[in-house]
Amino acid sequence: MLLKVKAKSQISENEITDEHVYLERRSLIKKMGFLGAGSLLASTTSAQARGLDFFSSKEEQAFVTSPIKFKASSSDSQVLTPENKVISHNNFYEFGTKKSDPVNNAQSFKVNPWQLKVSGEVNKPFTLDYDDLFSRYAIEERIYRLRCVEAWSMVIPWLGFSLSNIIKQADPTSKAKYVAFETLHDPEQMPGQRSRRVGGGIDYPYVEGLRLDEAMNPLTLMSVGLYGKTLPPQNGAPIRLVVPWKYGFKSIKSVVGIKLVEKMPPTTWNILAPREYGFYANVNPDVDHPRWSQASERRITSGGLFARNRIETLPFNGYGEEVSSLYKNMNLRKYY
Amino acid sequence: MLSALNGRSITLIKLCIHLSCFIPLFYLYWRAYYDELGADPVEYVIHYTGIGALNIFLLSLVVSPLAKFLKQGKLIQLRRVIGLYAFTYSVFHVLNFLFFEVQFDFLLFISEIFERPYITVGMIGLFILTLLALTSFSRIKRSMGSRWQTLHNFTYIAGIAIVIHFYWSVKSELVEPVIYIVILVLLLVLRKDRFKRWFK
Repeated sequence: MLLKVKAKSQISENEITDEHVYLERRSLIKKMGFLGAGSLLASTTSAQARGLDFFSSKEEQAFVTSPIKFKASSSDSQVLTPENKVISHNNFYEFGTKKSDPVNNAQSFKVNPWQLKVSGEVNKPFTLDYDDLFSRYAIEERIYRLRCVEAWSMVIPWLGFSLSNIIKQADPTSKAKYVAFETLHDPEQMPGQRSRRVGGGIDYPYVEGLRLDEAMNPLTLMSVGLYGKTLPPQNGAPIRLVVPWKYGFKSIKSVVGIKLVEKMPPTTWNILAPREYGFYANVNPDVDHPRWSQASERRITSGGLFARNRIETLPFNGYGEEVSSLYKNMNLRKYY
Repeated sequence: MLSALNGRSITLIKLCIHLSCFIPLFYLYWRAYYDELGADPVEYVIHYTGIGALNIFLLSLVVSPLAKFLKQGKLIQLRRVIGLYAFTYSVFHVLNFLFFEVQFDFLLFISEIFERPYITVGMIGLFILTLLALTSFSRIKRSMGSRWQTLHNFTYIAGIAIVIHFYWSVKSELVEPVIYIVILVLLLVLRKDRFKRWFK
């Protein structure tokens, strides 16, 4: 007899109703064929970009995503956030601080050629080119909850590979204790990096970091796509980090540098407001943001304004079984 | 100089104020009902009504300096309707938070008001606006005598509370709230002679 053992993180929430919609999504994409899927998306995003931006005089061509081959996720009982919401509601201050700014301002972002440099305390530094991002490691689908520090959340079908693949290939030296990440710095393409007003007063490039054992955890994903296709720029194309048990700002976008380091690296939001955003930033309902509660969240799915979607926030965003051992004997109030 | 505005033109201006304040509010919930406010309509309606309340509030503070400058005493009559719309938008702002953000979790609602300084100062602002709205009827105004003016001077405290509320509520994008603070300070500076008299 085959017994399916469920990890605790695969919460069977009582909103499990949309499964037929979820299944339909796959067959729909299959039916349309890969090419069809890509071009359909291109047309919908362009309509969206126009609809959201009344003041933009120039007609911007929507960024074209393309389908990726991947191993589908087998564990899935959660209601997904619809794709149009995932790609139109983004915090990516490089393209503006409003949630609709990235989709409106990032469509002409160039992702090819791209270089992701892996360096630092490693024996075998290397660089991944654009094509390598999709071919070097086997790409799988991971359906993760994304919990923003602003107390809203989504469920997103990412495509990517574990960060550990990259780190193993680089072969860290014994000095490597942390991993430092860096976003592309290109003020010509990113209006938020040109102007402090547009970019929310952040000193760019955006930097993030993980402890080496956090980075090696199999859940830690380098994502190159979502909903079956390559990432749109507003979601961090062509490659971004996804750390599902931490607040969203840890999941740095459009990464150009991964550096193994000895000391805890600086992280952007921690530099900006150290009392509010720690290095660890693990999702924790018991430790409030100084200015709002983190005990619950609004799950963005298909409902509109009147959706009753406030749910309790879980420790480590529900991934405690996989990651709580990383923080044994650590005071998570102190190391928030 | 303009000739003195008559009652009819004041009524006309009031009508314009009603239309330009009421229609956007109505249209906001219309769009919300049809799910046309993007991926997170909750954030949208909260921000829309919040920034709307602040804009209208500042407009109400423009009235008396403008009336003085244009030598059009009748313009002062517009303060009440503008002030009441600032109050209305603020009420919708808080109701949006209660209905759609915390979704009738009253315990959370109350604890957020007292635990979060930015919400606390915002509520102080709304409390003052509520008192001003309740005492805005002509009959009450008459019966209050000189105490009415004393009470309504609290509008300046409300203004300070509201811009602090905005400044403290943002994550890092401080430019916009700072612009609002500067505008409020300018509007207060226009009244400096008046404030000096109070402290004499």
